[in-house]
Amino acid sequence: MTMPLLPTSRADAVASAKAFLGAQSRVRPLEIAFWLLAFAALFVGRSHHLLLAEITILALFAVSLDLILGYAGIVSLGHAAFFGLGAYAAGILAQSGHGDPLSGLVVAAGVAAVAGFVSSFLVLRGADLTRLMITLGVASLLYEAANKMDWLTGGADGLQGILIGPLLGRFDFDLYGTTAFAYALGVLFVVMLALRVVVHSPFGHALRAIRDNRLRARAVGIPVERRLVAVYTLSAAIAGLAGALSCQTTAFVSLDVLDFHRSAEVLLVLVIGGSGRLYGAIVGAVVFRFAQDVLSAMTPQYWQFWVGLGLVILVLIGRDRLDDLGRAIVARILPARRSPEGTP
Amino acid sequence: MLTILFDGISTGMLLFVLAVGLSVTLGLMNFVNLAHGAFAMLGGYVTVIAMQRFGVPFLATLPLAFLIAAVVGVILERTLYVRLYGRPHLDQVLFSIGLVFMAIAAASWAMGSSPQNIRLPEELKGRFDVFGVGIGRYRLFLTVVCGVLAVALQLVLSETRFGSRLRAAVDDARVARGLGIDVQTVFALTFAVGSGLAGLGGALGAEILGLDPGFPVKYMIFFLIVVTVGGSSSIVGPFLAALMLGIADVGGKYFVPEIGSFVIYALMIAVLIVRPNGLFARPGR
Repeated sequence: MTMPLLPTSRADAVASAKAFLGAQSRVRPLEIAFWLLAFAALFVGRSHHLLLAEITILALFAVSLDLILGYAGIVSLGHAAFFGLGAYAAGILAQSGHGDPLSGLVVAAGVAAVAGFVSSFLVLRGADLTRLMITLGVASLLYEAANKMDWLTGGADGLQGILIGPLLGRFDFDLYGTTAFAYALGVLFVVMLALRVVVHSPFGHALRAIRDNRLRARAVGIPVERRLVAVYTLSAAIAGLAGALSCQTTAFVSLDVLDFHRSAEVLLVLVIGGSGRLYGAIVGAVVFRFAQDVLSAMTPQYWQFWVGLGLVILVLIGRDRLDDLGRAIVARILPARRSPEGTP
Repeated sequence: MLTILFDGISTGMLLFVLAVGLSVTLGLMNFVNLAHGAFAMLGGYVTVIAMQRFGVPFLATLPLAFLIAAVVGVILERTLYVRLYGRPHLDQVLFSIGLVFMAIAAASWAMGSSPQNIRLPEELKGRFDVFGVGIGRYRLFLTVVCGVLAVALQLVLSETRFGSRLRAAVDDARVARGLGIDVQTVFALTFAVGSGLAGLGGALGAEILGLDPGFPVKYMIFFLIVVTVGGSSSIVGPFLAALMLGIADVGGKYFVPEIGSFVIYALMIAVLIVRPNGLFARPGR
């Protein structure tokens, strides 16, 4: 597992690099335990399944943001654009009579991916601030478009009359949300499996190199632009999946899916859980949603205040320090494991 | 036609006053402050409360709006913002979004979530004709006030010792400190004035832009557009950008209401693609 400092031959170098990548992408027991637990939740506590479905979808959305923020270092204030596009695509498709969930999912991801691909070229240019403005601008543009094109989107009233067919032609979406939860969890599982391959591949490492130092990444021969376009498109497609899931499980889409607060919220979710490690997004979604529940039970209308306060405190303490704390806890539970990303 | 142009200009002037503080924090100090609109909202609510609860006349509330927003601004700057100078942009974004959430919740808790109206004094109501161009009195008042402010700011920045200290502090804080400039105080004062101006703008704009707890988010992108499109080399850039934005907004809503703000966002994206540092950026920086 230790990498020889000076590989003697090309074959050796390739082998040691493979060993290095392989060691990082090994499946950890904690991961398996998590998924077992998640799927076990399908068979108990039926009354919580709607909430769990919601959390799963939020987690998927946050994972998509993690790809560009945590791995590629692009700060986006408008990720809801792709979530919303996916939701509207799935909704409009279902409204016009094609209610099959899975094909709707594919179409939604496709639409979002195309939008992501196109807008990725805008995001390549400029510094952080310009990117912030562009992502924010694209999301605002779509919001305005959805607002004004009411013949297509229902405008401010939302999309009416969405009929979603049974999943795989057999399982109807029930009142308790068990099907919805199973569906969302299945999608999240597949996406996570795929993404853990992606982020541990040379492609994923190239992204991290770009995030840490774009100039050096270019100097070692990474095609920076192409990598960023690819990851932005992928991220948009996954956000579109999340949007489509949200539409299909609730049978409703409104302008809310494109709103600024959704972009801000998902950023918050990701930061709570920790960016750049995939599972952080899931942790963040769980913590955020439960915190939201508790806070809105205490102060129904003003829970946003506490969220804001939490955010301010979080930043003032420092995200890094929180990270260290999390790592220390994980290290205590699993003393033999190295930290997931192996950052020095 | 000319009336629309005039309305656009006055809206643009108002946007300039609202956003000029941000052009210093964001443009010059490179701090992504999404909470700028919260200070504007604060100013607006100060005016509303002063008028409704204490019967202060509208004009007298304006300095009050400036002062209170400035004081709150400087307190926040000293206690919170100062810790985040030089931190990654993501931290600044998260921090200021947190402030925005708190401001929105606090405003709807204190004032209710319904939009507030401001009763303008009689002499500022109505409109009159100049060579067939209908001019709203209040809009004229806005244009004059904001115009005077813009000129005053430009003079302060370019002619006074404080202005040169600020420019020095922004260009290179370390060297400025070495020359004996109290950079902290300069930044704090600048932040105070910027927040105060936002508060004043919020008070002035309550009539035109509306005032409800969603204000900081609703106009956030407008402020950001003024700064990013205008560039940060002087206050002339943001001023021109604000004018263009005002005219485009009013004109767009009048001539092509069916696409609304679409034009503005599209224009902004186009400008940022062609000139990532803004239309009026100093070359070579």
